[in-house]
Amino acid sequence: MKHLFFGGIHPNERKELSSGDTLKMELSPSQAVISMSQHIGVPCSPLVKPGDMVKKGQKIGDGEGLCVPVHASVSGRVTAVEPRPHPGGRNIMAVVIENDFKDTLDDTMVPNPDYTKLENEEIIKMIREAGIVGMGGATFSTNVKVLSSVEKTNTLIANACECEPYITADDTLLRMNPDQVLEGMKIIRHVLKPERTVLAIEDNKKEAIEILKYKLENEKGIELCVLPTRYPQGAEKQLIQAVTGREVGSGQLPSSVGCAVFNVSTFAAVYKAVCLGLPVTERIVTVTGEGVKNPGNFSVRIGTSYEELVKASGGLNDNVWKVLSGGPMMGVAQKDLQTPIIKGTNAVLCLSQAQNGESDTQTCIRCGKCLTVCPMRLQPLYMYCYEKTKNVKALEQLHIMDCIECGCCAYECPGKLRLVETFRNAKQLVKEAKSK
Amino acid sequence: MNFVVTSSPHVRSKNNTNRIMLDVVIALLPALIVGIVRFGLRALTVSLVSVIAALAAEWICGKIIYHQNTAADGSAAVTGLLLAMTLPATVPYWIAALGSAFAIIIIKGLCGGLGRNIFNPALAARAFLMIFWPAWLIRYAAPGTVIPVMGSTVDVVTTATPLHHMQMPALPEVSILDAFLGKTGGTIGEVCTLALLAGGAYLIYRGVISVRIPGAYLATVALLSLVFYKGEDPVAWMLYSLLSGGVVLGALFMATDYATSPVTPGGQLIYGIGCGALTVLFRYYGLFPEGVTYAILLMNAFAWAIDVHTAPRCFGWKKGGTA
Repeated sequence: MKHLFFGGIHPNERKELSSGDTLKMELSPSQAVISMSQHIGVPCSPLVKPGDMVKKGQKIGDGEGLCVPVHASVSGRVTAVEPRPHPGGRNIMAVVIENDFKDTLDDTMVPNPDYTKLENEEIIKMIREAGIVGMGGATFSTNVKVLSSVEKTNTLIANACECEPYITADDTLLRMNPDQVLEGMKIIRHVLKPERTVLAIEDNKKEAIEILKYKLENEKGIELCVLPTRYPQGAEKQLIQAVTGREVGSGQLPSSVGCAVFNVSTFAAVYKAVCLGLPVTERIVTVTGEGVKNPGNFSVRIGTSYEELVKASGGLNDNVWKVLSGGPMMGVAQKDLQTPIIKGTNAVLCLSQAQNGESDTQTCIRCGKCLTVCPMRLQPLYMYCYEKTKNVKALEQLHIMDCIECGCCAYECPGKLRLVETFRNAKQLVKEAKSK
Repeated sequence: MNFVVTSSPHVRSKNNTNRIMLDVVIALLPALIVGIVRFGLRALTVSLVSVIAALAAEWICGKIIYHQNTAADGSAAVTGLLLAMTLPATVPYWIAALGSAFAIIIIKGLCGGLGRNIFNPALAARAFLMIFWPAWLIRYAAPGTVIPVMGSTVDVVTTATPLHHMQMPALPEVSILDAFLGKTGGTIGEVCTLALLAGGAYLIYRGVISVRIPGAYLATVALLSLVFYKGEDPVAWMLYSLLSGGVVLGALFMATDYATSPVTPGGQLIYGIGCGALTVLFRYYGLFPEGVTYAILLMNAFAWAIDVHTAPRCFGWKKGGTA
């Protein structure tokens, strides 16, 4: 089938591991570790201290600038406010809550079943107060994105591509709770008033597509756009290109081409915040991979440790090789299971040794495969050369800062070069040279 | 419990350097088999000597230059086999061995190894052998003669290749069909165009090479020989130009060498056209009837420069480099 963006790859999908089951409701954890940094930007400052009693949904961290609040995902007593492991790799300030299993609800936020009566400013404020970020994994503050898209959007896109292999969290959401997504889309449409509202999904999610087709039969104004499965179609710039044919300029925002893209789970969170008055305290997480016994999708409280979640999935197999936060293409490898789930965690992926395609020796044979799969049309092989010689000027000329680190080049590379890692270093070199 | 922590991506395609090299060897097998059928067992023994010498040279380079054993990656074996393809079956074994050693040590090893050489090792070795021992490289056994596997081949009755006729200029004596099927004089690997095309089709099917370089190369040779034909029949002249000598072997297996050819789509077309034009030029005005080796070697030198000037327009940038 014709693909609609540059380059890209189609790795083994492996979605069948986790997609069959229905959503598993997870018991709440005995302890929730709520990280103060669950979004891009300034981390929150804790609003509680050890010994405080908190309710479920109570705001326990907030800050100024590019920052959205975090909330308690369980009710109970704060036992510690201290740096704790974070999926990003470093230890980051977190509030630790001991669960009293009462789920006493905080009622600061009020439900607004009829959002059409609300002003734009009110809705955007609710989105912020509910702590909503890009739930597909990008974790950019949703209120900022909405605000910067007002009066600039002619195409609103709901991203249901979930193009990373293995992950089926968005798929599960669409199969189980499609109305949450569609209602959320209508709320944002009400704010942005686009000419076109599109729900973009890849053609490997057959059941979800059937359900959406049925739901959208009587729904005016929301188009279902079924795209041929190809990674990284769910990347913002690639999705805009696939849906509208427009190219977002280097360093520009989607609003520069009249587009606004949100993940479907972000829309569901918007619906819950505005209509039900619920902040982000839980999300759907896919626990999957050849390294875990019973893969599936779980409704998980924010702050649950990977360990508890993996236990609920039957535990790890002996052959486990890596545990990732996110998908196999862009996920972050975890050193142990102490990490807590944060708002952007769409998957806990346990890969087995059999998936280990890495090599001790790396040699570029100049085959040029990287060039043909790069969705940004960069030249990875030359970027690799110039990082090795620390040639910052050449790296800039090759537009290294436009690299989205999707990993297509490294996936295809027959020489097994560590391209993405090299490009992260190269970007750092360019940034350092600029700041001098 | 601690897990492996390395950078994304965490899954890789099954494709690897060994598999690519194996694919090239597989693609060369039909041409090699025709060579053995056509020239006898010596075609096989010359190829084996060439491959073994290349592997030995690679092992030595691994010890002295790279400090790791690279003989297993298969690239040296491919170089040895490619060199053998460009040699007549009558060459002494030491010529094949020396050529392989030159290719691996001087041309590739001193540049830093796999992927870093500027010139195609097999063709550079052939050019080197042509300088010192030209007489051995143009001794093509006449049809029906038996080339002894062991001992001297000095007494083997030799024949002119179609290219010799074309240099006069005159159309060759063999029919176009015989030239296509390989019933003619030439080197071990170049005579059977059908076998080479089958191998090339396999490489394109496997995604090892794209059609751009060989397509542009062969189309340029076809066009130029059609326009600047000699004799009476332009179409026959064009067909003999394509089917004689090493142009198909060169276009499919030599010009497509990763390390020494451009990677950008536009660059590959320019490079193929350049190879084709130079091949025709050297054939028409050069001292030797064949020009493929020198055409490709000359274009090798421009590969990186062509890449620089044919960089694709990046996503989100206008042509010329503004956002």
